Amino acid sequence: MSKNNGEYLIIRNDNKYEVIIGLEVHAQVLSESKLFSTSSTKFGSEPNTQVSLVDAAFPGMLPVINEHCIKQAVKTGIGLKAKINKRSIFDRKNYFYADLPQGYQISQYKDPIVGEGSVTLDMPNGEKNIGIERLHLEQDAGKSIHDIDPQNTLVDLNRSGVALMEIVSKPDLRSLDEVNAYIKKIRSIMRYLGTCDGNMQEGSLRADVNVSVRKKGDKKLGTRCEIKNVNSIKFMQMAIDFEANRQVDIIEEGGSIDQETRLFDTKKNETRSMRSKEDAHDYRYFPDPDLLPLELNDNYIDQIKKNIPELPDEKKKRFIEKFKLSPYEANILVSDIEISKYFEEVSKNSDVKLATNWITGELFALLNEKNIEITESPISSKNLSKLINLIKDGTISGKIAKSVFEIMRDGDKDPITIVEEKGLKQQSDPKELENLINKVIIENPKNVEAYKSGKDKLFGFFVGQVMKNSNGKANPKLVNEILKKKLN
Amino acid sequence: MMSNITDLKLVELVDKIKKKELSSSEVTIAFIERSKKSKKLNAYISENYENAIKKAKIFDQKPDFKKKLPGIPIAVKDLFCTKNIRTTAGSKILENFVPTYESTVTQNILDEGGIVIGKLNCDEFAMGSSNETSYFGNVQNPVSENLVPGGSSGGSSSAIAAKLTPATIGTDTGGSIRQPASFTGTVGLKPTYGSCSRYGIVAFASSLDQAGPMTHDVKDCSLMLEIMSTYDTKDSTSVDFKRENYLTNLNENIKGKKIGIPKEYRVDGMPKEIDELWEKGIKIIKENGGQIIEISLPNTNYALPTYYIVAPAEASSNLARYDGVKYGFRSKGENLIDMYEKTRSEGFGDEVKRRIMIGTYVLSSGYYDAYYLKAQKVRRLIKNDFDEAYKKVDAILTPSTPSSAFKIGEKLNDPVSMYLNDIFTVPINLAGLPAISIPAGHDKKGYPLGLQVIGKAFDEQSILNIAFALEKNISFKNNITDWWIK
Repeated sequence: MSKNNGEYLIIRNDNKYEVIIGLEVHAQVLSESKLFSTSSTKFGSEPNTQVSLVDAAFPGMLPVINEHCIKQAVKTGIGLKAKINKRSIFDRKNYFYADLPQGYQISQYKDPIVGEGSVTLDMPNGEKNIGIERLHLEQDAGKSIHDIDPQNTLVDLNRSGVALMEIVSKPDLRSLDEVNAYIKKIRSIMRYLGTCDGNMQEGSLRADVNVSVRKKGDKKLGTRCEIKNVNSIKFMQMAIDFEANRQVDIIEEGGSIDQETRLFDTKKNETRSMRSKEDAHDYRYFPDPDLLPLELNDNYIDQIKKNIPELPDEKKKRFIEKFKLSPYEANILVSDIEISKYFEEVSKNSDVKLATNWITGELFALLNEKNIEITESPISSKNLSKLINLIKDGTISGKIAKSVFEIMRDGDKDPITIVEEKGLKQQSDPKELENLINKVIIENPKNVEAYKSGKDKLFGFFVGQVMKNSNGKANPKLVNEILKKKLN
Repeated sequence: MMSNITDLKLVELVDKIKKKELSSSEVTIAFIERSKKSKKLNAYISENYENAIKKAKIFDQKPDFKKKLPGIPIAVKDLFCTKNIRTTAGSKILENFVPTYESTVTQNILDEGGIVIGKLNCDEFAMGSSNETSYFGNVQNPVSENLVPGGSSGGSSSAIAAKLTPATIGTDTGGSIRQPASFTGTVGLKPTYGSCSRYGIVAFASSLDQAGPMTHDVKDCSLMLEIMSTYDTKDSTSVDFKRENYLTNLNENIKGKKIGIPKEYRVDGMPKEIDELWEKGIKIIKENGGQIIEISLPNTNYALPTYYIVAPAEASSNLARYDGVKYGFRSKGENLIDMYEKTRSEGFGDEVKRRIMIGTYVLSSGYYDAYYLKAQKVRRLIKNDFDEAYKKVDAILTPSTPSSAFKIGEKLNDPVSMYLNDIFTVPINLAGLPAISIPAGHDKKGYPLGLQVIGKAFDEQSILNIAFALEKNISFKNNITDWWIK
């Protein structure tokens, strides 16, 4: 494998192979109730407690579309800069499985609610656009549980009928880093829009991964394999890496790739054949006669458009222009809606540059250490903003601020109170500072001599002594100024 | 006295109960007693007699005469899910299925004071034209022994003709109300698609299924439709249109009404009696000031093949839920697939399997375009035919069926001949239109024959009025002799 120039290539016997990746992301629609029933979608409830007669496909039960889910899909479509189809059709995808009560999944086949769009990825060597093929709505299936009862398979229908958005990318992805960036970007957009919580642990975001390889320079796409239902970015990357290498090995040995559906075994770190093209299900798609075609008018779409919040790309642009942040900094701050909210709250009342540094530095380190999200941050944006203001107005030094931060992390205490209680206020009175400085000069005549004869490096020594004598409270900026005057 | 009660029509019974000349209990017991004596007809799959009598007594203790069906006992087709009453759809696969919910149509009947006395036999999943595909056995047509009552609402047509219930309800996917009504000398109406909610009705072919009333006469039919037809948000295909007070508005004045006679319905080999019956209908319309206009429905010939692609396609998918996993019959299997195969092999009858296979075939990749998609296009053409015709006429008059009732077993091994029975009724379902069948005469064997009046979408009132006028002038008499009661 080579990563030169940001390229992801597989090299065998001097042949360079390019890896072509397309993703079908299944994102659970953020909604209180299911796509065609009023059952709750709450995660982690007791099995089969969120199942209506419709979800369990009792005789004579009929699906009724949940308008909220339609709105969520349209919003997401707008977020993906995609065409919203004013007429879409729900089809039945027919197959038998124990956790599929109707014997078919209601999905959108030929006429999805959202058409072509694109997302922009920020890669180290510049922006890259990834095409979106389509987004359609569909029902999730239930869950078959094979490992509780030794004789029987148990079925939990809580998920049955939950709304999913399937977002299909074009085969535009070329590396594991791009896959990482793409998933994060899609997730970020949906979280900004509030259309999917993006929680991968709870299965709110999964993907089917299409992988093929071709010799670099070839125009024709190779035969692809689809790896089903991968539920983390890490696993996606592992699966792609394994699969691409497997395909290259076959080609190098003179073989050809069979189009097939494969499974990723997370324990063995390998993909395995699930079924070949010949064994592929004939899903017998046809329009669901229980549901009329879904028709949206311009007014409906415009209303949703009007209420679309600022999305990561626009926010990044604004941060760069308004706050003079670097693209790198802006990227980090807009990557997640909660981070951007936190940043905007902090920077609203305090210095932007300091806010950026403190959030991406100390705060992120803290969150990482505790392995928590910014929404669970032990330090509120209000208090961080106060801390920054204390630095900015010279009440405390950056160094003192770090120790104040250490105290704040246990219980979100107001930094002003901490500074007062501990007496950490910075010494900025020139008279007092001069006394401190004079003392250091008097106590270190040899060093003064040496400095004056050209040992400039010793300047730091004097500053350090003054700071030490002041228990770190001396205003370093003023100390610097006064010292310079005294020594020169 | 008792036998007199069951001779009364629905509207008369309602009137007598409201006037306190009869109690709900008296009426309910009378129909139950007669039903008990009529086991030979095999019209019922499940009886709800005890419970019904209890309900009737409760009604009598605190009668509400504002209801449209004040304490009226009614037996319903076993395709309607009824809360706490077994609902089988005529199939072994649902032999022991007891719903915890009520279909919208039966709920509407209950809300108006109706009392369910039992569930009536029908072809399995409403697939059939003679009630011979029911897992619960054949139903006798009260007209004559060993005669089929039609299908799929065969238990319903038998029960209404034999006066086991003062009115009943059926479902009609390709003629399943009108054909049995025609075979038993009763009135049956298939409303416009979207008029009656499909919620809680075991689905056969979702884009065609409609519930409708089956009664002794047009008045009773109007009352029943008024009660059954409501807009229902639980059915996405339910239509929110202005529903008439069909009974109040019922009148036989058809002066100036333009009635179309489609030439394509004059099929080869149609018995002479049916032609004569049709002429009789035309004559009555003319005599009553109606105008007869020859029309053309050029795609009529394609209706039957279209229907036998669309309906099985939808059915093959609708019946996938009967897999032994959640409810209903389950056969033990070695593994999941084996369980599916055994459950469905043993749980479904031959006709249902035949249609599932046809439906699966026409939806398969490689065949979809040639069959299903083409059928959908033809369906559109058939609808266009009617749209064109309705630019010239208010309603259309045809025979209900190409023949009278046949003997049990006569067509059982000849599915195509059986399917041909629906030739006059099927196009109406494909076009989603309302149509009523009323008894209009007898053939030379003395078996009843019906005439069908087809209306514009949501114009049930017009076809009821035309049927009302025909009924008055025909004065049909069903010479049923209670031969099955010893």
